[in-house]
Amino acid sequence: MLELISITLIKIIILCAGLMTAAAYFVLLERRIAAWVQDRRGPNRVGIPLTRIKLFGLGQPLADGLKFIFKEEFTPAQVDKVMYTLAPISILTTALAIFAVIPFGDVLPLWGEKPIELVVVPNFDAGVIYIFALSSLAVYGVLLGGWASNNKYSLLGGMRSTAQLIAYELPLSLGLLGVVLAVGSLRLETIIGAQASSGWWFAVTQPLGLIVFLIASYAEAARLPFDLPEAEQELIGGYHTEYSSIRLLMYLVAEFLHMITASFLIVILFFGGWSLWGLTSPGFWGVEGEAIPLWLGIVRIGVLMSKIVLVILFFMLSRWTWPRFRFDQLMALAWKVMLPLGIANLIIVAVLAEYRAPLVERLGEGGVIALTWSLSILAMLLAAVLIPLHSGNRKQLSSPDLFGLP
Amino acid sequence: MKADDPTIRWVEEPKLGLMGKMYLPLIFGGLTTTARHLVGPKVTVSFPEQRPEIGNPLIYRGVHRLNKDQQGRVKCVACFLCATACPAHCIDIIAAESPWPDREKYPQAFCIDELRCIFCGMCEEACPVDAIELTSLFDLTGRSREEMIFDKEKLLSVFDQTKDAEPMPSAGIPPLDRPKEERPR
Repeated sequence: MLELISITLIKIIILCAGLMTAAAYFVLLERRIAAWVQDRRGPNRVGIPLTRIKLFGLGQPLADGLKFIFKEEFTPAQVDKVMYTLAPISILTTALAIFAVIPFGDVLPLWGEKPIELVVVPNFDAGVIYIFALSSLAVYGVLLGGWASNNKYSLLGGMRSTAQLIAYELPLSLGLLGVVLAVGSLRLETIIGAQASSGWWFAVTQPLGLIVFLIASYAEAARLPFDLPEAEQELIGGYHTEYSSIRLLMYLVAEFLHMITASFLIVILFFGGWSLWGLTSPGFWGVEGEAIPLWLGIVRIGVLMSKIVLVILFFMLSRWTWPRFRFDQLMALAWKVMLPLGIANLIIVAVLAEYRAPLVERLGEGGVIALTWSLSILAMLLAAVLIPLHSGNRKQLSSPDLFGLP
Repeated sequence: MKADDPTIRWVEEPKLGLMGKMYLPLIFGGLTTTARHLVGPKVTVSFPEQRPEIGNPLIYRGVHRLNKDQQGRVKCVACFLCATACPAHCIDIIAAESPWPDREKYPQAFCIDELRCIFCGMCEEACPVDAIELTSLFDLTGRSREEMIFDKEKLLSVFDQTKDAEPMPSAGIPPLDRPKEERPR
């Protein structure tokens, strides 16, 4: 019992420290990638402050953190005091608490007869449900922040952000549901295990699910092209306009933690987690038996982390690739396009799972995957052709009586 | 304005083709553009290590200098044309009777407040004897306001520093015939 508590405490400490440091360094990475895409270099001169040690920009998060700590903590006069303080606390708490069930690797045989599982809460049967429940709670942080700021523009930003987050929870769940249906369990470790043992990642066997989940996670993390609620050009800061210093730091860190959570989920659900076909299986390296040696556990952690960094790089690159969606286009995309595509994905996955045995007999494994892909492309073509871009009551500009001219 | 006015051009939004409605092909096209810029050359000049390239240093308006003639005397005849032309009133001249027979006056003191100067070049254009010129030195710094008031000795020393790299227009050397590597940076 004591051992369990102490190991869990160590995991929590490593997790929280690692995540906050990672969020800080991902801000630096985001600035560098933004700069490179814009044909310039990013911050590459900051070393350790007050010394002459050059670190080529790696001291930037330290400098940013110090700046935030030393800024004046200003509470505007007419804000709702309780909710103003509660909002960033709630969003940061839920953002960190999501990581309680996310595995960081497989297992590490350190000491004791049982290897240590790299999840804070191992064997949690409702893992995915817990994650979605907490990300729904994170909406409160945005809503409270917008309301408590006593600023109509913050309120508008908060309302928009809330509507966006709630609307995209459905495609997120639908994309996930296909994976859960194929695996039959809600535990993330089981999902990775299923991909590792079958050898086929769910990105290949459920492409439509991947697309729906990917786009929905962009919206849940409020990244471009879905970041209208906090677009600087439109709403100054949206729901975090009136915040400064540590509370603003909490909002920004929570936003990056949402992005990190989204990448973790994408990698674990669709890209195989820590498995990399041959590289991470014991048989490849000639290791006998089921027990995983220490170095293989570390290799698995490394594979998981590299995949997550690649997905995060994709998130950051895509920020400068596509224009921002207008709010009505954003909501139309969620309800009119992503929801039908998600349902289509679910139908395809369910039907193919039900009739899997005869289909594999007739077409083979690859044939079933090809069938899935062709059905998915058909679903997307139908969506592209049938779903109207805007409702039909908009007059075309070419008619002169639009403006009531004689 | 009538509705059937022929000068009005009614525009409709362009219709999205199938590729556009499917979103994904165009999305990947955008990603290739971004990736190309990600690995392409950067336009930043890392300043202290790399100096920016000045297109033509002879017409660049940087720090002033007072030219000397062939015999090493200051060319300025204290006519006050530059001080009058200066829009920022940063030139301060005290004239005195010149010790040389071929001139009436010479500047006993000649101060330019580089911090007030707007580097417009009016003094260079106004001077009738090509005495004051603007060089291509741009990164001048000082630690106090007094230090940035350049007096005659300082301006003559700027001349000594730059007279080879940027010769005077009246020195007779055609400036741009030299190969590019020898041009002043």
